[in-house]
Amino acid sequence: MTFDEIYNIALMQGFAGLSLFAVLLLMGLGLAIIFGQMGVINMAHGEFMTIGAYTIFLFSSLTESLAPGLIQVYFPIAIVCAFLIAFAFGWLAEWALIRHLYKRPLDTLLATWGLSLGMQQLFRSTFGPKEVSPTLPDWLMGSWAPTEGLDIPINGMFVLALTVVVTGGVLLALYKSRWGLRVRATVANRTMANAIGINTTRTDRLTFAIGCGVAGVAGAAFTTIGSTGPTSGSLYIVDAFLVVTFGGAASLWGTVVSAFGIAQTQSISEFFLSGSNAKVLTLLMIVTILMLRPQGLFAAKVRR
Amino acid sequence: MNAIKNRVMRGGYGSFVILAFILIVAFPLLMDIFRLNLVGKYLTYGFVAIGLVMLWGYGGVLSLGQGVFFGLGGYAMAMFLKLEASDPVSTAIQSTPGIPDFMDWNQLTELPAWWLPFKSLPLTLIAVIAIPTLLAFIISYAMFKRRVGGVYFAIITQAVALILTVLIIGQQGYTGGVNGMTDLKTLMGWDIRTDSAKYILYFINVGLLLGSIALCRWIQLSKLGTLLLAMRDKEDRVRFSGYDVSMFKVFAFCLAAALSAIGGAMFTLQVGFMSPSFVGIVPSIEMVIFAAIGGRMSLIGAVYGTLLVNFGKTYFSESFPDLWLFLMSALFISVVMVFPNGLAGLYESHVKPRLVRRKSGSGPAKSIETPPKPAATPSTPASDIGLGAKVSNQSA
Repeated sequence: MTFDEIYNIALMQGFAGLSLFAVLLLMGLGLAIIFGQMGVINMAHGEFMTIGAYTIFLFSSLTESLAPGLIQVYFPIAIVCAFLIAFAFGWLAEWALIRHLYKRPLDTLLATWGLSLGMQQLFRSTFGPKEVSPTLPDWLMGSWAPTEGLDIPINGMFVLALTVVVTGGVLLALYKSRWGLRVRATVANRTMANAIGINTTRTDRLTFAIGCGVAGVAGAAFTTIGSTGPTSGSLYIVDAFLVVTFGGAASLWGTVVSAFGIAQTQSISEFFLSGSNAKVLTLLMIVTILMLRPQGLFAAKVRR
Repeated sequence: MNAIKNRVMRGGYGSFVILAFILIVAFPLLMDIFRLNLVGKYLTYGFVAIGLVMLWGYGGVLSLGQGVFFGLGGYAMAMFLKLEASDPVSTAIQSTPGIPDFMDWNQLTELPAWWLPFKSLPLTLIAVIAIPTLLAFIISYAMFKRRVGGVYFAIITQAVALILTVLIIGQQGYTGGVNGMTDLKTLMGWDIRTDSAKYILYFINVGLLLGSIALCRWIQLSKLGTLLLAMRDKEDRVRFSGYDVSMFKVFAFCLAAALSAIGGAMFTLQVGFMSPSFVGIVPSIEMVIFAAIGGRMSLIGAVYGTLLVNFGKTYFSESFPDLWLFLMSALFISVVMVFPNGLAGLYESHVKPRLVRRKSGSGPAKSIETPPKPAATPSTPASDIGLGAKVSNQSA
């Protein structure tokens, strides 16, 4: 093996870790808002991602049958719609269910698990039990080969770019907008925030809906990597929770760092071990570290 | 006379006797062995459910990983049975006779060392209880000593369930992989697949379950039970009174784990196989709903809840497979939003006052004649809720 080949393998391996990082971060972002900021355990988070994925599928089938010429451009519009639809469902779920349960976190967990079961069956009844994949535009297919022996998949780069955009957007919204200010005030001290005239009920609803919307975008992005089935969401949920908890629940930067750490650990150990062993090793490491340091990597200084 | 009656009512012996009657007399008389075996299978989940009543209802700690302990108990039992089923004579066609078939398929040529203890029944029976309890101790000691509780604990237990499932499925040569351990035949030469064996196993199962309920009830009535409740509602006050709160939680978690493991072992014996599909996240959460439907404060309610949900699941998933998940979803949501104390709570708030007004007497006696619908009849967890139902359910 020449030096060039080792270099290429290292680069591709690094990129595989980066795409996994993007996937984990996208999964965790919505949850970091909902669980990290509001403390709500949303077990239906995976299903909100699936909503996003099915939105893309719906758009691609509609475009294919009604306006085949637009197949190259539908994707960005569909992602925006995935956000909006998941946002709307999140808004509805908060209004119907979550707002009654803020003081009972364990019960929220059960109720949202129930919600996720219902949504799964809803997907199954609507779209059928089979996994579906949307028709992707050509510019998302294939791979980019800058030099001989080096292949970087384009869909991976796309997900990475989208992750950067979404993460930047969320960070910007949380730290530079009025909404972010209200959210942070509510998290820091709910009673005080209420007293100075912040409508915390409304803030909560908007926060939950935005978290679900981000989940929708994540689901939309995942259609470029794999297919979507009614129960796809349940595959992500534990990973997503671990990413957020590991990073330190109330810290968005913690989520970013933990997604990076977990992804690199997994992809590097996957290089040496079998897939399932790598997964077990990664999960064991997370659980052990969480047992030793329960507040996660970055503990936010919040008065409780 | 009245004193005895009061004592009986306080301890909830009335409802306990009714449950015992239904399980020991009514079900075996009314059902054929196929259905009875099914009930036996459901009752093994009942062990998990009463464990959750102690842990979640009384201790205020929700675990989403009870399937781990159920599975470990079940796997320990299955390993013993599997070794017995794969003696050199019946596995003569394998390239290495005398080891379990899945090991042979995965090119293993000798039994791994950690399988060896499971050649002995006493060691296996010890392992059934000890391994899950030890794991539960390690997890809970590390967490509760650092005062991690509530939601974080639930997520960690869920992660443990995921780890174990991935591990079992991944290590096919050592665990049988996704198919689990099948073709279990005999226990010390006694064929567990015959009808008579199934009857005997059913009664052993019921006996163990009733014994476990009695044990838990005894704990509830003791000072320990009161402390658990106090800790659930005002943890800091109990801590400031000088109690080591974390060790009580560790105890509750270990108890729940040991009970689940017994359930798992009985499951393997009655159903005749064990697979990772009883270990993972989904079965673990389903087991929580059994306890929640029955009433998280009522041991006996939890058993009825388990039976009811499982009968419902069997019936609906056969007749209306599409409806089942919707129904399950509705159950989850309504048990949280509408009746947080489950069936036992409904009985306590709606049926019992009416019975008391009618001077009771005929009420409970009548209910015995209609056992298949235990939940709707007044025979549901009568007074065993006692203290619990009145205490607010909101754990801090």
